[in-house]
Amino acid sequence: MNRKFIHIILIFCAIWVLLPFFWMLMTALKTNNDALKFPPSLIPEKFMFNNFIEAFKAVNFSRYFLNTLIMTTGTTLLVYLTTVLAAYAFARLRFRGRELIFAIFIAMMMVPMPVYLAPSYVILSRLGWIDTFFALIIPWSVNIFAIFLLRQHFKTLPQELFDAAKIDGLNDLQIIKNIVIPLSIPVLVTIGIFEIISSWNSFLWPLIATHSDSMRTIQTGLSYFAQAESTNYPLLCAASTFTTLPLVILYFFVQKQIMESYARSGLKE
Amino acid sequence: MKKKVEFAGYLFILPAFLVMALFRGFPILQAIRMSLYDWSIAGPLKFIGLKNFYRLFIDPKFYQSLGNTFWYVLGVVPLTIAISVFFAYLLNQKVKGQGIYRTIYYLPVVTSIVAASVVWKWLFNPDRGIFNAALDLLGIHGVKWLNDSRGINEIIFSRFGLDLSGFFAGPAIALIALMIMAVWHNLGYCIVITLAGLQNVPAQYHDAARLDGAKGWGLFHYVTLPLISPTIFYLLITQSIIAFNTFTPVYVMTQPPGGPLGTTSLVVHYLYEQSFRLWNLGYANALAFVLFVIILLITQFQKRFFEQRVYYE
Repeated sequence: MNRKFIHIILIFCAIWVLLPFFWMLMTALKTNNDALKFPPSLIPEKFMFNNFIEAFKAVNFSRYFLNTLIMTTGTTLLVYLTTVLAAYAFARLRFRGRELIFAIFIAMMMVPMPVYLAPSYVILSRLGWIDTFFALIIPWSVNIFAIFLLRQHFKTLPQELFDAAKIDGLNDLQIIKNIVIPLSIPVLVTIGIFEIISSWNSFLWPLIATHSDSMRTIQTGLSYFAQAESTNYPLLCAASTFTTLPLVILYFFVQKQIMESYARSGLKE
Repeated sequence: MKKKVEFAGYLFILPAFLVMALFRGFPILQAIRMSLYDWSIAGPLKFIGLKNFYRLFIDPKFYQSLGNTFWYVLGVVPLTIAISVFFAYLLNQKVKGQGIYRTIYYLPVVTSIVAASVVWKWLFNPDRGIFNAALDLLGIHGVKWLNDSRGINEIIFSRFGLDLSGFFAGPAIALIALMIMAVWHNLGYCIVITLAGLQNVPAQYHDAARLDGAKGWGLFHYVTLPLISPTIFYLLITQSIIAFNTFTPVYVMTQPPGGPLGTTSLVVHYLYEQSFRLWNLGYANALAFVLFVIILLITQFQKRFFEQRVYYE
């Protein structure tokens, strides 16, 4: 095929992909009257940067951001803790039932969330966790796929390292801290990015696990905002913009790692 | 010494094990138990055996959501994969700016589906949306998008005097709007995966085929496609599961929830309605259980029928 022709097709697709982003941003900057004009004007008559502030204050978005930050940080840190320990045990320690437990973990990973949604809610309410950070964080503090990924990696580390460490009198925790973790940074970064994105964007779980306004995450907050302000498109688009922005910024900094982490999460399953 | 090692192993998996037991294992078993009860927000009311399954079996709304999901998966998955293979193939032609294109195509993948739904609902707005503004220029007027409950087959075949209804009416325009957004959202991921698959194909295969005179479509069809068939098969399985579990766009974009006349109600959304709006938790779990079996069956079906066509080196 002709080079130019290829580029035309590729650019066409790029425009199609970017159009919703462009339109979100343009609408976010319009006055409500301007946004409702038809046919619409591509560029706002007047740039209403104030819309962002207005949308941010219209509902308690600062609280939603804080909640999401707490949820994302908590989940990611706990996933690191549980994952490193479990992956180390599955890869380097001997104990009865090791392979069986691992296989059961993997099988559980295959069960889609809707299947255990209602019973999880019942359990959360029995524990009195509904509307708390426990409900947002603890059930997602293990990522089986991350354990799988890290276990594979730990298995590739040379046995001599561990023998030498044992001779030097290091215990397992010291080995993890001083040897294993420094040698696993790329995999750990992958896991962290994956956790941040999925936690930041999670919706169905926060929707059922929290009720009160002060416990909303930005995703559930945005969804409520969209229902309440269903016709104020500039404010809706402004809110959508700042909901999306943090991950888009992260994406531009670490896009290689993001693509790799998703690629890995796929091909090795 | 050995005892001590065993102990450490259990201790290290304990945190993960506790969470998994409490929030995966137990709920999964509990789901089976709950499906046998009349179970409301107050807790188990009565053991009713398989009655929930029987109710499900005769529930027209369940069948409607299942039919919608069927059309949705059947539309979104092959379309996304076909388009992504096409674009990955183009990108793999060592085009200039490959990295930039890839960066752009991937952007929707990191975008929250809630924000995307809010924006796409605006794009699809029948009176003020940009899609209808563009269609106006082409002389197509008044597409109702998310408000249109007419099935696509229904529309097409009504021209020939055929009156199709129910499942055979096909996906409603409203559901097709959701499908278009889903393709947009997942395309970048599929392109990147397929591109990685293409780049893993050793150059000598193509060189050898070219020496034998293969080119264009023949080269693609007989050499490239078989070599990336494991990637495509993988995408088929995972994308089907993802599409099957679609919830958020239905929840955010369609009003009333489930769309006009229930035409965008997908099974997971119906599950949510039954669980958390109507609090028929027992019934919802019967539904969840059936859903799980369906997903397993579809995955097995895909393995049976497509894996034999996958070429593993």
